[in-house]
Formats: sequence, C-alpha cells, structure tokens
Amino acid sequence: MSYTIPIGPYHPALEEPYKLELECEGERVRAAHLQIGFNFRAIELLAQSRNVIQNIALFERVCGICSNVHTLTYCLAVENLLGIEPPLRAQYIRVIVAELERLHSHILWAGAAAHILGFQTLFMTCFRLREIVMDLLESISGNRVNYAMNAVGGVNRDLTDPRTVQEGVHQIRRAVEEQLIPVFTTDPTVRARCAGVGVLTKEEALAWGAVGPTARASGVAQDLRQAQPYLIYDRLDFSVPVQESGDVLARIIVRALEMVESCLMIEQALDQLPSGEWRGQLFVELPPGEAVARIEAPRGEVFYYLASDGGEKPVRVKVRTPSFVNMPTVRLMLKDATLADAPLIQASIDPCYSCTDR
Amino acid sequence: MDVKPSLFDRLVRYARGRSPWLFHLNCGGCNGCDIEFLACLTPRYDVEQLGIRLEGSPRHADILCISGPVTRNTQAALQTIYAQTPAPKVVVAIGSCPASGNVFADSPSVVGPLENFVPVDVYVPGCPPRPDAILEGIVHAIEILKAKVVRSAEGGTYV
Ligand code: SF4
Repeated sequence: MSYTIPIGPYHPALEEPYKLELECEGERVRAAHLQIGFNFRAIELLAQSRNVIQNIALFERVCGICSNVHTLTYCLAVENLLGIEPPLRAQYIRVIVAELERLHSHILWAGAAAHILGFQTLFMTCFRLREIVMDLLESISGNRVNYAMNAVGGVNRDLTDPRTVQEGVHQIRRAVEEQLIPVFTTDPTVRARCAGVGVLTKEEALAWGAVGPTARASGVAQDLRQAQPYLIYDRLDFSVPVQESGDVLARIIVRALEMVESCLMIEQALDQLPSGEWRGQLFVELPPGEAVARIEAPRGEVFYYLASDGGEKPVRVKVRTPSFVNMPTVRLMLKDATLADAPLIQASIDPCYSCTDR
Repeated sequence: MDVKPSLFDRLVRYARGRSPWLFHLNCGGCNGCDIEFLACLTPRYDVEQLGIRLEGSPRHADILCISGPVTRNTQAALQTIYAQTPAPKVVVAIGSCPASGNVFADSPSVVGPLENFVPVDVYVPGCPPRPDAILEGIVHAIEILKAKVVRSAEGGTYV
C-alpha cells in the first residue's frame, strides 16, 4: 500500500522552511515532491529600487551562510560593467575571506550531517572547530556573519594581522586532517549510514546540471576556480577533489578534502599577500549596459546578471544560486531510498533555501 | 490583592524555569541568525548549561525563538505553530528582521514585523546578533516565563 508523508514546512533537522512530500510504499520512498518559496523576500525586485552601493548590503543578506559570496559576485559584476579591476591586495584579501567562508560553511555542514547521523560527539567536534574559523573571520572583518568585506573596486577593511590567520588556519588544517577526515572515512557508523546511500550517477548529475560538491562527488570534475579562474586563483596551487561513487559518503569526502585544499590556499595567499592599496573607488553612476559574474561558492556556481540604463539604480539584477539547481537532484537520490535515510540524503547536497528562494 | 501561589504552581514554576525547551523557526530570514542560534548549542556557548533543550515539535516547547522578517508564505505556518505551543509561552525575536523587517522592510512579499502576528516578549537586536546576545535574550525569556506561571496562579490567564 502506498501512502504520502508530508514533512515541513518546519523541520527539526534543517534550519529553514521548505516542504517535502514523500510517496512511500512500505519503507521505500517511491517519489518525492519538494515545495520551496517560503523564504521568498523579492530581493531582486528590491534591488531595482536601491542604488548600487545600497544593494551590497541587500545582497549580503541573500544568504547568511555564504554572505560573502553574494557580495563578491555582485561587486565583480559591477566592476565588469565599470571596466575596473580591484588592487592586487584587495583581490588577495577577497580570496582569503572567500576561502575562510568555504571552510566555515563546509564545517557547518559536516556538523549538521553528523547531527542527522545521530553522531553527537562529531557534531560538537565540528562546531568547536568552526568557532576557530569564526574567530578568524571576526578578527579580519569585525563580524562573525555578514562580514561586509566587499566594496565596489576593493575591500572595506585591510588584513592587518596575517600571522594570527596563518596560525589559525594551520590549526584548522591539522584538526581536519587528524580528526574529521579519519572519522568520516573510517568510522563504521558513518560508513554504514552513508556508503551506497542516495546515489547520483555521473550521467544524472550532468543531465540535471548539478554543480559544486554535489557534481564533484558524482565524478564531474568541474570547479570554476580552476576552469575559469577569477581574482587571483590562477596564482594558487590547488587540486579539485573528485569522487566517483556519487553517494552520500562521496559528498562527505569531497567536502572534507575541499576543507584541506581551502586551508592550503589561504596559507599560500597569505604568503604571497602583496602590500599596497586595498580600498574601493568612489563612484556615483553605472554606465548603461549589462554584465555577468560567476564564482564558485561553497555549494557550487553562483551567477549574477546586472543590467543598467545609466542611472544610479540597476534596472535588473538576476541571481542564480547553486542550491536552485542542486535541489531537483534530491528527487533522483530519494527514489527507492528507505524513509529513514531521507533526511540525510536531503542534507547531503547542503541545500540552502534562503538563497534559492531569495 | 495578593494570592499565594499554590504548591503545585510553585513546583511548575521551578521546573519550567530550570528546563525550558526551545523551538526555533525561521520566518524567511537569511540564515545568518539561524547559524548563530545553532552556535549557541555548541561547546563554546553551550545553552544546555541552562537546562535548555532544542525541541523538534512546538507542542513540547516553552520558548519560541523566531528569526526572519515574516514572509507571506511563512505567515500561516507561523500562526499555526504559535497556536500549537502550549501556554504559558514566551516569544524571542532573534535579529533585526522580526523587529523591523531590516533590509527587506519594503518588500511586497514581507508582511512583518513579527508583532503583527504574535506578541513578542524579548527582542534580540543585531544582524545577526552574537550568540552571547541570543543567550542573554533566552535568559530574559526564562525570567518572563517564570513570571507568567505566577500570573496564572493569581487567577489570570496564560498567554
Ligand atoms: S537579522 Fe540579519 S542575519 Fe538575521 S535573518 Fe535578518 S538579515 Fe539575516
């Protein structure tokens, strides 16, 4: 006999509102329907009524977890339209903050995954580790979340104490290598819950246009930082972790390895950090025209489109976030999974509803 | 008029003040407040030292922690959840969003502030507030919760 289980919009495991309907036959999920839109705040519409500088504060609040990504992409789009390039030091600072944000986002996700697995010790370990990243972000930007680091043509604050950041990042890398990776890859509980669960094949990932760690865990080696380097990523030496199996375990491993890569990238960027100007330029109006920018966010590719008619307000800003394209793949992963695995499978793509709905 | 709370009421007050259960809901915020709220549960801030537990169902909760500017689509769910929470209950508004709408204030899909829909007892300002501030807000909420238990003993109604 088949029956339908509605879950949400408020769900105990994830923070944000969304609704899921699972059609089940006994223990097996046969189909899943996802309903989103609870967080819709009409940000794109609001952006048309504010000027270019005010919009930075608005786009910072598209998503609280990857706030820097959104201001960065928006500023890059504005800079593309203006035809300016930020000073080198500013580009390095942007990369350092972006990678720190990726670290905090991935560790947050690892903690949430551990929580869903029922592995409370690991949850606490992840969150203790995450506090180190938060401290570093706070020491750089003055805030733990919504850092307000990006300005058009530069950054708002200089990086004054690279030593502390270097030490903190080193500490995080050691902890990730010695604690998180061994536990996530060898612990029998984690393996039993994650291996072979929620498989997304490479063909499916390509056909459904998955991005970011979700795609890379299914064998699609695609990372904008490498494929189309922006800022100073072409000066850094890093690899893109890819796994072939496409299950939840693969997504965990990809993110864990990415944490290490991020640490290495920050260490390199701090070593290379040039001196010089870092401030943005003051300007009033945009020239008429269109511009796009895309960057690799913690969850995949973020895309911004900006159109201007020469006034001080943009006439259109379009935001496409990675969770928006990753979310439909959950339907494939959930098909024929057991009901008990459903929360974990959903969480494994690291969905972010506030940026999907905007 | 002074009415002495009964032994039972005093017992309830003591118990509730020592182990309030929290339910958290995001009414369309950006997640920033939610992750700081989550950080409260973790070793550094450790809200469990106050006997607090995060609860998955509003029917078991004493304190509702609400973030976000209240969007059109979450409004109905918010009111259902408020009604499902047993009285006495305390509402903590986390962040600038539920207080004023924050940067989303003039959006056509935002129907907040939160006050329009449920009575708010504690505001924790900030975008997002630090976990320490959220913790302090919860401590205030516990005091209010205790007072509400007493009010009920004096013949008033639960709110
Ligand atoms: S108050 Fe700020 S951080 Fe909190 S939900 Fe609103 S915009 Fe996000």
